Amino acid sequence: MKKSLLPLALAAFAAPAFAEEVRVYNWSDYIDESLLEKFEEETGIDLIYDVFDSNELLETKMLAGSSGYDVVVPSGTFLQRQISAGAFQPLDRAQLSNIGNMWDVVASRTAQYDPDNTYSINYMWGTTGLGVNVGKVTEILGEDAPLDSLALIFDPANMEKLAECGVHFLDAPSEMIPAALQYLGEDPDSHDPDVIAKAEPVLMAIRPYIQKFHSSEYINALANGDICVAFGWSGDVLQAAGRAAEAENGHEIAYNIPVEGALMWFDQMAIPADAQNPEGAHKFLNFIMDPENMAAASNYVFYANGNLAAQEHLVEDVIGDPAVYPPAETIENLFVTTPYPARVQRTVTRMWTKIKSGT
Amino acid sequence: MNMLRRTALILPPYLWLLMLFLVPFLIVFKISLSDIELAIPPYTPTYDPEKGIWDLLSQLDFENFIFLSEDSLYFKAYLSSLKIAIISTFLTLLVGFPIAWAMARAADHWRPTLMMLVILPFWTSFLIRVYAWKGILSQEGYLNQMLMNIGLISDPLVILNTNIAVYIGIVYTYLPFMVLPIYATLEKLDESLNEAAVDLGCTRTSAFWLVTLPLSKPGVIAGCFLVFIPALGEFVIPELLGGSNTLMIGKVLYQEFFSNRDWPVASAVAVILLLILIIPIILFQKNQEKQEAGQ
Repeated sequence: MKKSLLPLALAAFAAPAFAEEVRVYNWSDYIDESLLEKFEEETGIDLIYDVFDSNELLETKMLAGSSGYDVVVPSGTFLQRQISAGAFQPLDRAQLSNIGNMWDVVASRTAQYDPDNTYSINYMWGTTGLGVNVGKVTEILGEDAPLDSLALIFDPANMEKLAECGVHFLDAPSEMIPAALQYLGEDPDSHDPDVIAKAEPVLMAIRPYIQKFHSSEYINALANGDICVAFGWSGDVLQAAGRAAEAENGHEIAYNIPVEGALMWFDQMAIPADAQNPEGAHKFLNFIMDPENMAAASNYVFYANGNLAAQEHLVEDVIGDPAVYPPAETIENLFVTTPYPARVQRTVTRMWTKIKSGT
Repeated sequence: MNMLRRTALILPPYLWLLMLFLVPFLIVFKISLSDIELAIPPYTPTYDPEKGIWDLLSQLDFENFIFLSEDSLYFKAYLSSLKIAIISTFLTLLVGFPIAWAMARAADHWRPTLMMLVILPFWTSFLIRVYAWKGILSQEGYLNQMLMNIGLISDPLVILNTNIAVYIGIVYTYLPFMVLPIYATLEKLDESLNEAAVDLGCTRTSAFWLVTLPLSKPGVIAGCFLVFIPALGEFVIPELLGGSNTLMIGKVLYQEFFSNRDWPVASAVAVILLLILIIPIILFQKNQEKQEAGQ
């Protein structure tokens, strides 16, 4: 009996040398990492998992071509742009046995970026809003501080005081400019350069008080108490809240969807047109669409997902939290954006550079 | 025969320069003359064998360079990089010279150890060392905690995400590049010259200013260039330690390329940065030649 096991053991050692690889490029802090090992165990495929923190960075790699990745995760508007540039291949639904688990409510929304969801599946979705260190902010602004209003970050009077405890903004013009327009009562999805220009004075007035424009550092900075306000992504702020609670450092972090309304975004998994291993990529997508796996990921990172079957496996902290799965009346108040035309895009990016650098 | 040998000798360095400098430069230069486009790759025109090279060339223009000249951002970013590079080179010299001097004056058997200590930080990744400074300089970081514990300050100092943090990062990172060339010149310095100066009535201090310092000039100049040139185009340190007010050309270049996804403008910025960097590099080269001629 023992003897017969030896060749098997040898084979097991020898196999990885020729193992198949899948290369996944996902957002930072966006998965339960034990899922990566689970995928490798179930499929025998080597998983190479890299992370990014900006849609712009991902798009640069996609448009350069030969990114080397088999699965990437752009958000809706960026997905739409990259589809039109020919960056993705249509999904082969025959290889995706779990696709029936997807949630039609989310799928119908993502179809506006990717008609019929031909090229992508929803991974997670969320909102962009206010991450606040409740204790520090109320200490500075008083008990009636507008913790759930865009006035907290767009009113210079508030920001001037908050500057001393630190404010971070996302380095993402496609999210910050719509938020400023929403604060002004303009159409956040406007593509009219004259309307977009109205966001500039709002952002320029508060930029001196912004410590940093960065799209991933704020998780730790909030959790450690290095900053007291971040305008960021729902799950990231909730992860900061979790880390602060775990460290028992006395910082209470909250995520608030602004009462004025917030951007709702969808991160979509897609397969690049020049993927080396499209078959393995489909296996990865199918693995992610498994209800238990998808729920494990959401339970870990506090983002809602587009998988209906996964909902029964979600813990109460996730499915029951209105910051993660907002109730119907909050969802009505959320808005979505569409990609800027090329000409407008340059105006937007130039404005952003001006806001970030002050010149 | 002689001709052939000479060609064979000269050829490898020229090929090296052609492949590793001129060809990449021409590619970047060509992109800087193109227009942005939502496609793979994200610019137009690209070479189409059917239409030929002339069709490609006819579509190129200097629009992006005009764009750069019309927008004050790029000029300001260059000036600000220049300022940061000059100040941090000076600070590195202030810190580095005494270290090099002390090393050169140390007992013979200590020198290899001291040398080792200067080089030792290179054993850890540059990125990790810069990242460690975030932990030291942040509001709740080690430096603030220490200063508050000993009662020197009552409110934490804001250092991280400011230009001060960038200076600290550059001085720390480039210190060995300043120390080593200065140490090399000081070590070779003939101690009897100092003794002669003292014998002739100089004090120890004035001997240092009149003899040691002038003779260490080649090392100081080499060290300054080795710090100044990379500091000018630095990206990682201002990105990790600097804040929203830190304007550097390296950051602008990254922004154009990765945030704005505007390859043509990014390439134009890169071409200009290269032209600007060539000036100090040529000065450095001249200085090296003069030094070699002097020896």
